[in-house]
Amino acid sequence: MYLAMKKLILLMNVLMITAVLSCNNTKQAEPGNNSPEITEHKGQASVEDTESAANALTVAKSLPDFTTLVAAIEAAGVEDAVVNAGPLTVFAPTNAAFNKLPKGTVDDLLKSENKSKLAYILTNHVAPANYPDVQLIKEAEKGRKLYMASGQYLDVKKTDEGISVGGTKILKTVKVSNGWIHVIEDVLVPVE
Amino acid sequence: MKTNINIYFATMIIILIFVGCSKKNGGNNAGALTGDAAERVYVKPGEHDEFYAFISGGFSGQLAVYGLPSGRLFKVIPVFSVDGEKAYGFNEETKPMLQTSHGFVPWDDAHHPDLSQTKGEIDGRWCFINGNNTPRIARISLETYETEEIIEIPNSAGNHSSSFVTENTEYVVAGTRFSVPIPQKDMPIKDYKSNFKGAISFIKVDPQKGDMNIEFQVLMPGFNYDLAHPGRGKSHGWVFFTTYNTEEANSLLEVNSSQNDKDFIAAINWQKAEEYIKEGKFKTMPANYAHNVYDDATHTATSKMKKEVRVLDPADCPGLVYFMPTPKSPHGCDVDPSGEYIVGSGKLAASLTVHSFTNMKKAIDEKAFDGDAYGIPILKYEKTIVGEVKQPGLGPLHTEFDGKGNAYTTFFISSEVVKWKLGTWEVIDRKPTYYSVGHLMIPGGNSQKPFGKYLVAMNKITKDRYLPTGPEVTQSAQLYDISGEKMELLLDFPTVGEPHYAAGCPASLLEARSKKFYKLEENKHVYATKAEKDAKVVRKGKEVHIYMTMIRSHFAPDNIEGIKVGDKVFFHVTNLEQDYDVPHGIAMIGANTSELLIMPGQTETFVWEPKQVGVWPFYCTDFCSALHQEMQGYVRVSPGNSNIELSWTLDGESLN
Repeated sequence: MYLAMKKLILLMNVLMITAVLSCNNTKQAEPGNNSPEITEHKGQASVEDTESAANALTVAKSLPDFTTLVAAIEAAGVEDAVVNAGPLTVFAPTNAAFNKLPKGTVDDLLKSENKSKLAYILTNHVAPANYPDVQLIKEAEKGRKLYMASGQYLDVKKTDEGISVGGTKILKTVKVSNGWIHVIEDVLVPVE
Repeated sequence: MKTNINIYFATMIIILIFVGCSKKNGGNNAGALTGDAAERVYVKPGEHDEFYAFISGGFSGQLAVYGLPSGRLFKVIPVFSVDGEKAYGFNEETKPMLQTSHGFVPWDDAHHPDLSQTKGEIDGRWCFINGNNTPRIARISLETYETEEIIEIPNSAGNHSSSFVTENTEYVVAGTRFSVPIPQKDMPIKDYKSNFKGAISFIKVDPQKGDMNIEFQVLMPGFNYDLAHPGRGKSHGWVFFTTYNTEEANSLLEVNSSQNDKDFIAAINWQKAEEYIKEGKFKTMPANYAHNVYDDATHTATSKMKKEVRVLDPADCPGLVYFMPTPKSPHGCDVDPSGEYIVGSGKLAASLTVHSFTNMKKAIDEKAFDGDAYGIPILKYEKTIVGEVKQPGLGPLHTEFDGKGNAYTTFFISSEVVKWKLGTWEVIDRKPTYYSVGHLMIPGGNSQKPFGKYLVAMNKITKDRYLPTGPEVTQSAQLYDISGEKMELLLDFPTVGEPHYAAGCPASLLEARSKKFYKLEENKHVYATKAEKDAKVVRKGKEVHIYMTMIRSHFAPDNIEGIKVGDKVFFHVTNLEQDYDVPHGIAMIGANTSELLIMPGQTETFVWEPKQVGVWPFYCTDFCSALHQEMQGYVRVSPGNSNIELSWTLDGESLN
C-alpha cells in the first residue's frame, strides 16, 4: 500500500513536470517572427547592393572566364572574405589556368571533404594589401616579395612581357571596390 | 497519513489545473510581466524593425533615429548642436548651418519633430524640427538623414509651438512661446501688457525640393503660445494653437499666469490668411534672420541673411483668428484623424476639454461671441465644446490617436497614459509610466492615418529605472503595445538627451529611399579632388590649400613639406570610395577643431593653423579596412622664414 502510494506520488510528480514542460514546449514551438531562435548566419557576401562599385567577387562573377574560380570560392566557403573591406589584391586564374592542372584535380578539390585544402590554395591567390599594377612594378624594382593570405611569399618580377607573379604572367588588371584583380594564366599552387 | 496524502493529491491537482497553460487566458492582462513581452520587442540579429522613430534630443539639440519595437538607436542626426563625431559645425562646410542673426550659435533645444505629409498621410520625405531657444526650424532629409536647411524665425522667442506640418506640407507652423516687443526695442519690462506681441509664423515648403520660406506671420496678442496642431480632413486649412498667460504677466508666471479660469485655443484660418496676403493686406516689416541651406551636390552649406517679413494683424483681418476658451493653461492641442475633435489639455484642469470643429464653424456663423481680445472674437465656451473626459488623471499634457476611434493622453503628475474613446469620452484603460511622462507618440498618430500598433511614452524623470550613472541619469522612453483593448508595457529604453517628442512611420516607407553613398561624378564641391593624380597643394600667401584624396588604405598625398608656422592650412579631403559604408576619417594633431568623417564621394574641409615647428602626423579615424592603422601621413612644419619649397608626395613620388 505504502509502496503503491509512493509510486502514485511519483507518477503525479512526473505528470506535473510533464505538464509544465509541455506547456513551455507549446509556447516555444509557436511560429512567429519574434521567436528567439537565431536565423542561419548570412555573411557579407549576401548583402544586396546594386549601387556600389563592384567588389572582387561581383566582378569575378560577371566575367565568363572565371566560372571555375567562382565555383572554387563558393565551394571553399570564402565568399565573405572576398567581399570584405580589404584592401585585397586578388590574383585570379582563368578557367584555362585551372584546366592546366592534372586531370581530375579541380573536381577533386571541389569535393566537400577537400574544403580546407581548397581554401588554402585560394588564399595563396590573395594578398591582404593594395597592389595596383604600378605598385607591383615598384615592388619588383625594390626586390620585395608579396605576402599572401596563405602565409607564403610570392616573387614579383618585371619582364619584357610585363609583370609576373609566382612565375605566372599577369594578363590584365581590373580595379574593384575593395582592391584589385590581376588576371593570371596559372594556378598558384602553394609550395608544400 | 491518509489525510496528508489526500491533501497532497488535492494540492497537486489544483496546481496542475493552474499551471496547465494559464498563459492562454492571462496574457493580455499581465502586462510587462508576461514572458512574451520580450519576444514581442525582440528583433533577431540581422533583421529589421517594423517602424522608424525619430525622437528629439531636447536639450541635446539633435534628433535620434531608433527602431521600434526594439528601441535600438541607429543614428544621432546633428541639427542644432555641433557634433565633433560628424564634424557638424566644425568643418568649413557645415559651419554656415549654425549661423543666426546673433552670430554662430552652436547649440539649441530641439523639441518637436514632425514628418512631411501628403493628403494627411506621412509621405516619408522630410522631418522638420524646431529649435526653441534661438528660434529656428530645421528640415532633415530622409534620404541622407542629414540636416539640409535651417531657417531662423524673426519676431519670435522660445519657438515652442512648432514645427507642425499641414496635411499637404503646405506650411510648417512655428508659434512663439514668449511674447516680445515687435520690432525689438529698449523698453521697461513692466510695460509688457498690450505692448508685447506673439508672432505665429507660416513657413511655406517647396513641394518638390522642400525649401522653406517664411510666407507670413500673424501678430497675435501678448500671450504665450504653447503647442499647435494643424487641422486634418474637414478642418484642413486651420491651425489650432494653445495659449496660456492670457493674463499677460511678465514675472512669476507660475502664479500670475494661472489666474484666469480659462485661456484660449487660437484657431487660425491660414487659407483666409492667403486671401489677405493676395489682397495685399499685409505689412512688410524690416527683419534680420538667417536662412541656411546645405547643398548635396557641393557638400557645402551657405548662409544668407533675410531682411524682411510680411505680417498680418488679426484686428485688420476679420475671420482670420478666433479664440476658443479652454480651461486652465492648456498645453497640448491635438486634432483627431477626422479633423473634428480638438483636444485641449489644461495643465491644471481636472478634465480634458474637447472642442468640435463643426460646433466652432456654427458658432462663427451665428456670431456666438463672448466679446473679443484685442479685436479677436472669443467664441462662447458652451458653443464649441463637445465633450469632456472627466477626472481622467492629473496634469494632462498630450494626446495622440490610433485611428480606431481611441485617444491616448499623457498625465505628467499622475505618471500615466490614459486611453479613452472619442465621442463617448469614457476612459477605457490606464497604464503607469516611469516616471512623469511628457509627450507620447503613435507612428502617424497626429496624421489622418495612424498606425495604431505601438505607443512610445517619453518620460521626464528616470530615477531608479536603469543602472545608476551618478547624479545625471539617462532619460527614458517606454513602449506600449496598443493593438488590444488594454495597453501593455513592453519595453523601457534609454534615449539621447531629453526625448521631448517624436515622430514615427513604418520602416517600409523609408528603407528603400535611404541613400547609400554620394556619386563622385556628381560632386560639385569647389575643392573636390576626384583622382589621386589631381591631388595637390597650393599656396596663396599665408593660406595653404591641400587637395587630398582618401581610399583604402592611404591618403594622397601623405607626405607634405613646405608648410610654415603662421600658415592657415585647409585640408580639403575627398573620399574616392564608391562603396556603401566605407567612410574614412581624418584628424591632425593639434588642430583646433574636430575630425572629419567623410562619406564615399564626399568632400569636407578642416582648418589647421600649425604653431610649432616639427613633423606632425595625421591619420584615418574611421576603422575603414584591414590596413586602417597604416592609413596615415606627415606634414613638415618649418619656421615662418624658411625657404623650403612646397612639395607633396605619395610613396616618395610626385602625384602629378
